[in-house]
Amino acid sequence: MSGYRPDGLEDAFTTDGAERTGATTDDAVTDRDAETDTDAMSEVTAMSAGASEDVQVPRIGVVGWLRWVWRQLSSMRVALMLLMLLAVAAVPGTIFPQHAQDPAKVAAYLADHQALGPWLERLQLFDVYSSVWFSAIYLLLFVSLVACIVPRTRVHLTAVRSRPPRVPRRFDRFPAQGGLTTTATPQQVVDAAAAALRGPWRWLPRFRVDVSTADGEATVAAERGYLRETGNLLFHLSLVGLLIAIATGQMLHYRGQALVVQGHGFANAVVDYDTFERGTAFNPSSLVPFSLRLDSFSARFSPISLEPRDFTADVTVTQPDGSTSAQQIKVNHPLNVGGANVYLQGNGYAPDVVVRDSAGNVAFSGPVPFLPQNSVYTSLGVIKVPDVTSGDQIGFRAALLPTAQQDTDGVWQSVAPQPANPLMVLTVWTGNLGLDTGVPQNVYKLDTSHLKQVMGPDGQAVSLKVQPGETVDLPNGLGTLTFKALPRYVALDLRYDPALTEVLVFALLALAGLATSLFTPRRRIWLRARSAADGRTVVTAAALARGDDIGLQPELDRVLAAVGRDLGIAEDEMTRDAAVGDDASAVRDARAAQENEHPEEHR
Amino acid sequence: MNAGELSTLLVWAAGLTYTIALVAYTTVLARIAEARPRAAKVAAAGATAPVAASVAVGAGRTAVLDRPGRPSTSPAAGSGTAAPIVADAGVPGAGRRAAGIARSMTYLGLVFGFVAVVLRGIAAGRWPTANMYEFTLVGSTMAIAVLVLVQRRNQIPFLGVLVTGAAALALFLGVNVFYVRAEGVQPALQSYWLVIHVGVAITSSGIFAVAAATSVVQLMRARREEGSTRLAGRRWGWIDTVPDARTLEALSFRLNAVGFVLWTFTLIAGSIWAEHAWGRYWGWDPKEVGTFVVWVIYAAYLHARTTRGWAGSRAAYFVLVGFTAVIANFTVINLFVTGRHSYSGI
Repeated sequence: MSGYRPDGLEDAFTTDGAERTGATTDDAVTDRDAETDTDAMSEVTAMSAGASEDVQVPRIGVVGWLRWVWRQLSSMRVALMLLMLLAVAAVPGTIFPQHAQDPAKVAAYLADHQALGPWLERLQLFDVYSSVWFSAIYLLLFVSLVACIVPRTRVHLTAVRSRPPRVPRRFDRFPAQGGLTTTATPQQVVDAAAAALRGPWRWLPRFRVDVSTADGEATVAAERGYLRETGNLLFHLSLVGLLIAIATGQMLHYRGQALVVQGHGFANAVVDYDTFERGTAFNPSSLVPFSLRLDSFSARFSPISLEPRDFTADVTVTQPDGSTSAQQIKVNHPLNVGGANVYLQGNGYAPDVVVRDSAGNVAFSGPVPFLPQNSVYTSLGVIKVPDVTSGDQIGFRAALLPTAQQDTDGVWQSVAPQPANPLMVLTVWTGNLGLDTGVPQNVYKLDTSHLKQVMGPDGQAVSLKVQPGETVDLPNGLGTLTFKALPRYVALDLRYDPALTEVLVFALLALAGLATSLFTPRRRIWLRARSAADGRTVVTAAALARGDDIGLQPELDRVLAAVGRDLGIAEDEMTRDAAVGDDASAVRDARAAQENEHPEEHR
Repeated sequence: MNAGELSTLLVWAAGLTYTIALVAYTTVLARIAEARPRAAKVAAAGATAPVAASVAVGAGRTAVLDRPGRPSTSPAAGSGTAAPIVADAGVPGAGRRAAGIARSMTYLGLVFGFVAVVLRGIAAGRWPTANMYEFTLVGSTMAIAVLVLVQRRNQIPFLGVLVTGAAALALFLGVNVFYVRAEGVQPALQSYWLVIHVGVAITSSGIFAVAAATSVVQLMRARREEGSTRLAGRRWGWIDTVPDARTLEALSFRLNAVGFVLWTFTLIAGSIWAEHAWGRYWGWDPKEVGTFVVWVIYAAYLHARTTRGWAGSRAAYFVLVGFTAVIANFTVINLFVTGRHSYSGI
């Protein structure tokens, strides 16, 4: 593959020996292609400049074809296309409900859109981010990235060892120039300049500097910005690392959700979770068997807006070895236990009720979690009583009003989230709860297909009102219901992801690489010190940057000022020459000359 | 009057001040447009001047622009850099007065905005970046701050028109539509990440705003340089006074580069916070998707800039698309899509 050069190398200085000797930096004047990039060099992601032009028609054969595909993938145009596709492909996930985020909404959407829904389902529009097409785009993008980065890394490894380009014969066409006159010898001048260019840190020189002396003149050639491409490569490689870390985490993770009522607890075992999901490579038997008990839960709300202000769960953790410790879980402050993080994700009320059947036996006893519906915690729940001594099973649909108040129409409603005046309103159903069918049931829903609502003598549905500590008789002699207490519950999320550190490290490396590649200027500075007839030394200097660089002249000035300070020259002796191209073509020449140095880059 | 009310009052004041600045900047533009034909005749350089200027600025700007004290040696450089100082010297008396008013009003508005932000924070007893109103308030203040920074180097009246106009609009929209009482925040927001994540997000939004405005000017300038018939004529004469498209492209790129790095940081900081608060660093929440899309668009922009055939004007369109996505991510996602970032409070 001789002659093949990876894409986008205008970003890298590739001044190997042949090019350097062949470069007549100051004399060549070529007309710059108007279409050529404005700032080819100063680009983080300068991965390619149109490889497609020079792709040769592949020879017949698989190898040639593969090479063609590979070059297409590594071309910037394809990368650009894939990036745009990725941006567009991510959007439907915010338009359509997603299985992963809200399965209930998807079900509702499917019910509402009988005709359209199945088609969307087939197109995986409810699973956008795990869909075939979305995955294809980002995987192709990563292949493209690797195809681009690998050859560039190889080239950059040589480039970082290269020396600055030799000093041009003439300085008058460069965008930044300067000079000074001194009684010091040329050697002293170039030594001072080299020191100023290298900067104070030996281990991280600001410029890479070459000093040479010949024919009574001493010159300095310096270049900075090697780290730019390093940062660029680091950024892209970190993205690959990030993808791998995320995938590893996905395979090894588990997540469990548990609803824990005050005074109750749960053990870290798959059966104890309400929902449990794990990565393909996670072994459930490796769960650390700790247990956790909710001692108390406190909630604070803004008195004005009734918005929540603080949720705190006090828990007791029992380790596998039997040791216990009191811990606290708050929103934003998860608890780390058994290698997993425990997050406080929700809370609500779980009325503690006892139901006695017509025979007077306890048919049901315990707290029943209700789901809060609004900011004042109006909560809905279902009590299912299958184990009656005789007769039909009983079901209740209940609403809990933490701070009940009757409005002018006589309707009860909650006016605050705190349990200041709790009231439970129930409707009663009898029949078959359908629990014996073997089909899993939603504990928050009452399947009324085989139930009959209990009506009062007036033909209206019976509605029972009960407050904590009270017992009400059920209609038709069904028994009694006691509202014993009103404990709170918390919804806890347990999550274990061993790759979190790697994900963070790669993300931060990417950020560091990005910042380095975007903010490291690439500059070349040349300086020539020549003995004049009067015995003094005349120093001229020029600087060049790729693209627009507002810091170029200041950098040159800084170096010259440092040289002046070093040699004890007064500021006003310095001949500063703002080389603003006396004619515009001069600057263009400088740019063209710069390009001419890497002729093959602008094929 | 308590701190919260005073803050709201100052927001109104800032909005009015930006409006005055907007009118003043527009006046400057009008004056330039009027003065342009005369100036063109005076400049005997004629047809060659714009060409010379467009090249000289890119390279020679460092030497002349940033160092007003240094003598500029060539007439070409002089005309090339006329744009940056146009507000002071390139326009007749009335325009210069308008430019002065515009500048001082921008500064005054910035002070009003800043004090309003501080008072809002005091009234709420926390960092004031928790809802859409506060985001609008801080974001517009950031944009004006970036404008002030940019204008110190390049006085571009049209950029002033765009940014002060957008800031005034954002503030009035904020007070009238997004306003919520200054109060504490819900537990999920009680974290130092509110300062870091949201603060950086707002800052990069402000920078993207100015960068997008710069790209608009760049595109108009490029069109006129290419001889567009729509942008020909006296009305658009002021375009000749802005720096050439190449310089504007470089300015827009520098801003976008800073914005992009900050946006990347926003994504990372947000992921860390999400891991703390919600138990996952990434969950394809609508806001997360929006932020990701914005990131990808700006990444595409950075790639496009270095691709032959895409650099220049075509890359600039990416900036506009990217900023549109930033705005959509802020408004549409906050107001019309339910997700975990639903903190608008309205």
